[in-house]
Amino acid sequence: MIKLKVNGRTRTFKGAPFTRLIDVLREELGLTGTKEGCGEGECGACTVLVDGAAVCSCLIPVCQADGASVETVESLGTPEKLGALQEGFLKEGGAQCGICTPGMLMSATGWLRRGGGADAASLRCAIAGNLCRCTGYQHIIDSVVSSVKGRKRARR
Amino acid sequence: MRGDSASMKVLRPATADEAVRMYARAPKALPVAGGTDVMVLWNAGLLNGRVVLDLWGVEEWRKIRVRKDGILIGALATHARLREHPAIREKFPLLSEACATVGAEQIQNRGTIGGNVANASPAGDTFPALAVYEAVVHVASAKGRRTLPLSQVFAGVKKTALAPGELIEAIFLPMLPRRPDRRVFRKVGQRAAQTISKTVGAAVLFLNKDGTVEELRVAFGSVAPTVRRLRAAEDALKGRLLTAASAEEACGLIERDISPIDDMRSTREYRLRVTRNILRAFLWS
Ligand SMILES: Cc1cc2nc3c(=O)[nH]c(=O)nc-3n(C[C@H](O)[C@H](O)[C@H](O)COP(=O)(O)OP(=O)(O)OC[C@H]3O[C@@H](n4cnc5c(N)ncnc54)[C@H](O)[C@@H]3O)c2cc1C
Ligand code: FES
Ligand code: FES
Repeated sequence: MIKLKVNGRTRTFKGAPFTRLIDVLREELGLTGTKEGCGEGECGACTVLVDGAAVCSCLIPVCQADGASVETVESLGTPEKLGALQEGFLKEGGAQCGICTPGMLMSATGWLRRGGGADAASLRCAIAGNLCRCTGYQHIIDSVVSSVKGRKRARR
Repeated sequence: MRGDSASMKVLRPATADEAVRMYARAPKALPVAGGTDVMVLWNAGLLNGRVVLDLWGVEEWRKIRVRKDGILIGALATHARLREHPAIREKFPLLSEACATVGAEQIQNRGTIGGNVANASPAGDTFPALAVYEAVVHVASAKGRRTLPLSQVFAGVKKTALAPGELIEAIFLPMLPRRPDRRVFRKVGQRAAQTISKTVGAAVLFLNKDGTVEELRVAFGSVAPTVRRLRAAEDALKGRLLTAASAEEACGLIERDISPIDDMRSTREYRLRVTRNILRAFLWS
């Protein structure tokens, strides 16, 4: 039996230990925010945080997440009360079709959690593992920058 | 066909001892560390029905030990840790720089140095740095332990000289006699991140007081079946002053050691020219 902490809640998984983390999240736990783009580690649509680090959930057999803490896009906010980063994406048009967005949000969350700031060059590097076919990336960068600035204003 | 998890049997050792014993009992098992190479194949349905030896829980192979004579890097150390480790950044910066170019953040957070070496891709981005630093690979099996110089680990494209039942447990980087006078790491691919190298190189240069070359160590990947030290160029410059002419002479010798091919990512001619350009810029600019 595999034990995970998913978005703060302890969950158990009794299926095959080599099931991919993304399949456990989407199909067992109903957390369909996490998307599968390529299944090859290239696109980053499946990005979640495992013990705080951004990883591709399509490349992780769930047995390797036994005992770990997993955070998905569902942890960032609710439709009624969006998180600051989500607000930023809404305000700056960081999402178009939306397929890449959960992964972008989680990569950006991982980056900000690591102490990363709003400087565009390092942000581009932090989301280099996330592909977007719609926005041309600039709006995504603007979204993260806007949310960081919003947060600073709120703290003042 | 996709990966079928129900067809997989997973062995989950918690210690190094357990890992080598389980591997001895199941020699056909497929070791998995960070899974960033294995899971791509598995997702494509190419590894169904296999027994998997999941190394991720072997804590002792995660350690990075800084010693007087060098740094012993556990096989499970991730690229993200090597990119950030203060002692590696200080003593072996070419390795940190290389790890920072492997895939992107998500891959660096999972991919391990042991997995990179064991996978033995011609384009493994840590290999030029490991070759320049003359890394020694520590291998363990139920029968015991042995060490191999990096140059003996690679047997060909995606082939290692590991015997059945052997696992990489660590990679040792011996301290350099002193800080090199110059160093360079360059990776050239289609884009800045998440890209497979067309050519990737690392070098250190030690100069004598009179400005002549005491020692040059330079290695390139993606330009031969395995990583190559450019021995002919290194030897040609020993004891000589670096000038436009001597640098050009060294650049003219690279084909003694490398033999790039045309493939989907690049051409032989491009790889040779860019490799020469990187070397020239390092030696004389
Ligand atoms: C999107 C993407 C981008 C990538 N970009 C790069 C890149 O830019 N540069 C680069 O060099 N690589 C790249 N890779 C390849 C891969 O990430 C690296 O080779 C990584 O270091 C592999 O480590 P791992 O722990 O994930 O290996 P795994 O996938 O777990 O294993 C790889 C191989 O090594 C064997 N193995 C693993 N650990 C051991 C051990 N301790 N002893 C013996 N055998 C072992 C496995 O059986 C397997 O054959 C990329 C991969 C992906 C998916
Ligand atoms: S679906 Fe995991 S990286 Fe594309
Ligand atoms: S918004 Fe469509 S892929 Fe990014």
